[in-house]
Amino acid sequence: MFGSLTNFEGSLLDDLWRMQREMDEAFTRWSWPTGIRSVARGTYPPLNVGVTPEKADVYLFVAGMDPKALDLSIQRNLLTISGERNVPEREGVQYYREERFDGAFRRVVTLPDDVDPEKVEATYTDGVLHVSVQRREATRPRQIEIK
Amino acid sequence: MSEKSDVTARGAGEAKGGGDPRPVLRPPVNIFEDAHGITLEADMPGVSKDRLNLQVDKDTLLVEGDAQIDVPAGMEALYADVRVTHYRRSFTLSGELEPDKIEASLKDGVLTVRVPKRAELRPRKIEVRAG
Repeated sequence: MFGSLTNFEGSLLDDLWRMQREMDEAFTRWSWPTGIRSVARGTYPPLNVGVTPEKADVYLFVAGMDPKALDLSIQRNLLTISGERNVPEREGVQYYREERFDGAFRRVVTLPDDVDPEKVEATYTDGVLHVSVQRREATRPRQIEIK
Repeated sequence: MSEKSDVTARGAGEAKGGGDPRPVLRPPVNIFEDAHGITLEADMPGVSKDRLNLQVDKDTLLVEGDAQIDVPAGMEALYADVRVTHYRRSFTLSGELEPDKIEASLKDGVLTVRVPKRAELRPRKIEVRAG
């Protein structure tokens, strides 16, 4: 009843989210050191990094982008992805929620040392940018024959 | 505070009748209203049209989708901001909206839902006569 009189959400889930955030902050403050290039949880855009013996894969979750507005660069094993997302501001409307990220972003990913910066492929599908970097052959694990 | 913003009053994964125990990802949304209706935009990267579920049950609008990311076999995760691939969020619609005429589109992971207002309930300018 009262819920619909205000625009506040106040759901249990939000409280849990907040708790998780506070816990994260509390723990990172005095526990083991964090990576020098690491960023706070919740930094836009979210990304995942995975490796296989052949390549390293980076997935960047950036919906609604023009692929041309994405800028990718790689320096040795340091991959930088930057871009700008413009969410058009409508005129003559009343906004209730504006949660979608708007503006410039940049994320830096440290890949394994053995990636080959010459062999990078990037595709953008359904709002996910997938960057695939080949790893050098010589460092791949190989079977050693016992004579 | 206006009482007509029901569509904004409820969010999160507390959709009625959805006893789905999977952890969910709450897509960030923009919601705005003009004279003809309410528009909702949601970021759901990784969701294609066939993996999107949009449904209206009485006065509840449910937005749901599964992100599909092609991951090579045997991949070892080094870092992950996104650990859940199921998006879900629901909203309560209010009476002056017309759920039968909802239109939706999905492009590059952005879902746009347009909920029109009933024609007879669109705001009218009320003329004040000098008396």
